[in-house]
Amino acid sequence: MRSSILLATSTEVDIEVHGLFSYELFGHTFWITTTHVCVLIVMLILLGFAIAANRAMKHASQVPTGFQNVVELIVEMLDKMVHGVMGKKGERFANYIGTVFLFILLSNISGLFGLRPPTADYGVTLPLALMSFCIIHFCQFKHNSLKEIWVDMCSPLPPWLPLWLPINLIGEIAVPISLSLRLFANILSGTIIMALIYALLSKFAYFWPGALHAYFDIFSGCIQTYVFCMLTMTYITNAIGDKEE
Amino acid sequence: MNISGTDLILACSAIGAGLAVIAGIGPGIGQGIAAGHAAAAVGRNPGAKSDITSTMLLGQAVAETTGLYGLLVAILLLFVKPLV
Repeated sequence: MRSSILLATSTEVDIEVHGLFSYELFGHTFWITTTHVCVLIVMLILLGFAIAANRAMKHASQVPTGFQNVVELIVEMLDKMVHGVMGKKGERFANYIGTVFLFILLSNISGLFGLRPPTADYGVTLPLALMSFCIIHFCQFKHNSLKEIWVDMCSPLPPWLPLWLPINLIGEIAVPISLSLRLFANILSGTIIMALIYALLSKFAYFWPGALHAYFDIFSGCIQTYVFCMLTMTYITNAIGDKEE
Repeated sequence: MNISGTDLILACSAIGAGLAVIAGIGPGIGQGIAAGHAAAAVGRNPGAKSDITSTMLLGQAVAETTGLYGLLVAILLLFVKPLV
């Protein structure tokens, strides 16, 4: 089946996003693609987990057992990560960073369960990077005066000589592009290699592709999730500056 | 043998895709240097092994980006075919 969501079932090299059905809106044709379906699956899993975690924490006991243990472990790990990078300023951002972390992690790992990872579609990673971009610049304008930002943008040269301004502006615009392309290209390369193996070596591809899944989906996926969140946090910390509130 | 213009463009795109993934050399060397220095650091200070490993992996993942740009250009040339 050409438009299968499951990657491992195809017999030809199949790395592209397929449209499942189309609809007309304002004279344009829009497609519901496999990415939409995969994002929906990831979202439902996260929602189910969130509801279950909420239930578990309502009847929380002093000594955690079972599922409560797992939830506390995850929350503590995320809080520690945010606190380690951003320090005391980071407590407000722990919710956002934790949400993005869980979403990207589950999206990357979903390749392990046979889905096409949603993050292997540029339409998923670019909005994530744009959200980071908006937060970075919101923090910059909130915590710095316009004069400080101007001095910062002209930074290697004195502020009355804005020769360096265009280069700094390009550097600012490159942030979301490089953030999104890094995540996208990493996951896409893993997807391509797995698709090549399943399609071209389909006679021999038993059991041992598991090792490659462990590398491309779990190891690479976790590292890239960590890198995305780490860079977002570093940029936000830089934008806020050294000032204590 | 007749070679149409589209065929020529496709053939040149394939060559260009091959040239584009040469960009993988740079990150390979860079990641190797990072891993070598990390190994030296662990040898000097075995107690800080986990910190060194996580810093090395973060730096390598960032250094990998330039190679992935080359891969991206190759994929665009092969599958999106912007020049045809």
